Amino acid sequence: MKVMAQMAMVMNLDKCIGCHTCSVTCKQAWTNRSGTEYIWFNNVETRPGLGYPRTYEDQEKWKGGWELTKSGRMKLKAGGRLKNLMTIFSNPILPSIGEYYEPWTYDYSTLTDAPAQEHTPVARPKSLISGKNMKIEWSANWDDDLGGSTETAHRDPMLKKIADKVKFEFEQTFMFYLPRICEHCLNPSCAASCPSGAIYKREEDGIVLVDQDKCRGWRKCVSGCPYKKIYFNHRTGKAEKCTFCFPRIEVGLPTVCAETCVGRLRYIGLMLYDADKVLAAASTTDDQGLYEAQRDVFLDPFDPEVMRAAEYAGIARDWIDAAQRSPIYALINTFKVALPLHPEYRTMPMVWYIPPLSPVVDVVAETGEDAEDKGNLFAAIDALRIPIEYLAELFTAGEVEPVDAVLKKLAAMRCYMRDINMGRDPDPSIPAAVGMSEEELYDMYRLLAIAKYDERYVIPAAHAEQAHSLEELSTECSVSEYGGGQQDLFGEGSGIPTPIAVENFQMLQDRQTSDSLAGPSHTKGRVNLLNWDGKGSPPGMFPPTGSDS
Amino acid sequence: MNEFLFVILPYLCLTTFVVGHLWRYRYDKFGWTTRSSQLYENRLLRIGSPLFHFGMLGVVGGHIIGLLVPQSWTDWAGVSEHAYHVVAVTGGLLAGVMAVVGMAILMYRRRTVGPVFSATTRMDKVMYAFLAVVIVLGMWNTIAGSIMTIGGEYNYREGVSVWYRSFLAFHPDASLMADAPLGFQLHALVAFGLFALWPFTRLVHVFSAPVGYLTRPYIVYRSRDDAQLGSHRPRRGWDRVG
Repeated sequence: MKVMAQMAMVMNLDKCIGCHTCSVTCKQAWTNRSGTEYIWFNNVETRPGLGYPRTYEDQEKWKGGWELTKSGRMKLKAGGRLKNLMTIFSNPILPSIGEYYEPWTYDYSTLTDAPAQEHTPVARPKSLISGKNMKIEWSANWDDDLGGSTETAHRDPMLKKIADKVKFEFEQTFMFYLPRICEHCLNPSCAASCPSGAIYKREEDGIVLVDQDKCRGWRKCVSGCPYKKIYFNHRTGKAEKCTFCFPRIEVGLPTVCAETCVGRLRYIGLMLYDADKVLAAASTTDDQGLYEAQRDVFLDPFDPEVMRAAEYAGIARDWIDAAQRSPIYALINTFKVALPLHPEYRTMPMVWYIPPLSPVVDVVAETGEDAEDKGNLFAAIDALRIPIEYLAELFTAGEVEPVDAVLKKLAAMRCYMRDINMGRDPDPSIPAAVGMSEEELYDMYRLLAIAKYDERYVIPAAHAEQAHSLEELSTECSVSEYGGGQQDLFGEGSGIPTPIAVENFQMLQDRQTSDSLAGPSHTKGRVNLLNWDGKGSPPGMFPPTGSDS
Repeated sequence: MNEFLFVILPYLCLTTFVVGHLWRYRYDKFGWTTRSSQLYENRLLRIGSPLFHFGMLGVVGGHIIGLLVPQSWTDWAGVSEHAYHVVAVTGGLLAGVMAVVGMAILMYRRRTVGPVFSATTRMDKVMYAFLAVVIVLGMWNTIAGSIMTIGGEYNYREGVSVWYRSFLAFHPDASLMADAPLGFQLHALVAFGLFALWPFTRLVHVFSAPVGYLTRPYIVYRSRDDAQLGSHRPRRGWDRVG
């Protein structure tokens, strides 16, 4: 047994209102630089829908993740090591920018510059790739709230699998939101695809990171990741990905997406797992067995044997405590309501989801029946095969039973708590029907409904004795010492690196005060009016006044 | 003059090549990348890039054999002059044509595809010019010199190759190069110019050829301690305890 700790997240999809606050705050924190315009470390998809990039879940096309060979060995779906190297000069399965979307801004200056004319001037969209006028035809959220889904949704790879039963009729449809970040997998295929070995998994907390100094821009990780959560910065020529906000995690703060989540649907905590069992679990023959196999890899942090092994492996006592209090452990293993996203990719993802009951509740409510009655809800879960099969395609490789069980637990929780809230006697037959005790069901309710900040985010800080080298705390170099010297000599971003926090601050400032739309000559900042915070007036934003000229 | 062109200048270029790379690697690990533009355009790249790169691998392999293996070794192995010539010219022509066609496609793409062109730095353009001239001159030497024998037959293995080995052994003999045809002289000189530019261009990615990928374990684990977190390494302000 080799105990390792993994920082993990669970999202409760029932609470997601699709407001995109997580995406926006994440973008503002991490990908507001030029070259990253099209990159969303966190994005929120409407399902059914094509996702971002388009149809990324169709692994027959994109060949992300792992597959089993006939002899039962793990192999990258894109091919073995030699094939990987032979396709290095042109990656045949790299999504084009069109699959994400061509980023743009608007030429706002015409609104103020235009001479007097018959028609009101318009701010035309300008491509941030070529700087030219463009026609906006797709974006990261084109089918948000099922917009245009009658046209596109039939191409949803997950819907295709159950397509013979589905006619995409708007009145009969169901909808929910799926926020996605990097899965920080236990068996990351991006790292396995990286020819340079620049992508690594941190031993301490399992966060998967790209070493920007070692990345050589071979682009193999982009196609290797089945979730398409590694992006190519087209200005610096390096791969970038969600960092699980490691500078924040190290000091005990939740990620930006979790911190700013309006619905408070994200949970962050530690999971202890047995690293020796990962490969065997990922090689489980049956796709539908992968969910259970991954649960078996996790270790019970209360087991004295595990605690001893964890200490032996160098995991600090406060981290073991945190693993015991982990909401992730409770949701995955105690209550068994969280499920992995696409376990069939065999990467052992570590951002799990509580599937949404609300599409079912909505259907019941629309019929005019009591939507919180146990009988009605249970019957509806059994009757509404299509939403449930769809969820099963997402979370359990198509196996309906685990999804069914989770939804029934959530339904039972609603019914049971309603009695309590209405001042009636609680009905012990409700938890019994889903195999839980009354206390367990109440605990689950507490965790899902009213858990406070420190219960949702149980994040042990990295140890203070290492604080010297922590990104966010660093005491080593004042901000003013960065940014000196000849930068950008060999293209954008070349030169001595700056700490992430300083870099983002400076880049934001640069682009807010820069003068051109997408001028390639000025490398670091391009004015992006979507990012302009309205303070001050960047030079070139407004026509010069008399005193200036 | 010959001393300058075929001894001093090449050594200057070689020094720039070596020191430049050391300096660039220390100073600019972040800028050390292929700067791929596949995201912008894939239709032309899909054909041009593999053609060019595999062609270049062949060209480089051919140069290593042609320049570094003395004629006496192949004589000893029983390879006749004629057989060697046929193999070298065929292989060289094949690889060369691949490289030239690939390069033509890539340069056309770089000029005509808007996003690719706007991502092209001044250094790229200079490098492209040198690279194109070197390759064209090399092709000229193969076709005009070795196949059509314009300007008389010339066995580079008795001239250029010996000079090159003497150059690498720090016993340079400029006269060997002075007797070579103009095409070979120019090819060598422009190539040394390219070597001098090399560390300051995107060509540095050649030295990142990821051969280690074939043997390393799939998943890389790294500790936070030795990861040199994110972007800055601890500065020595005091002696560490323990």
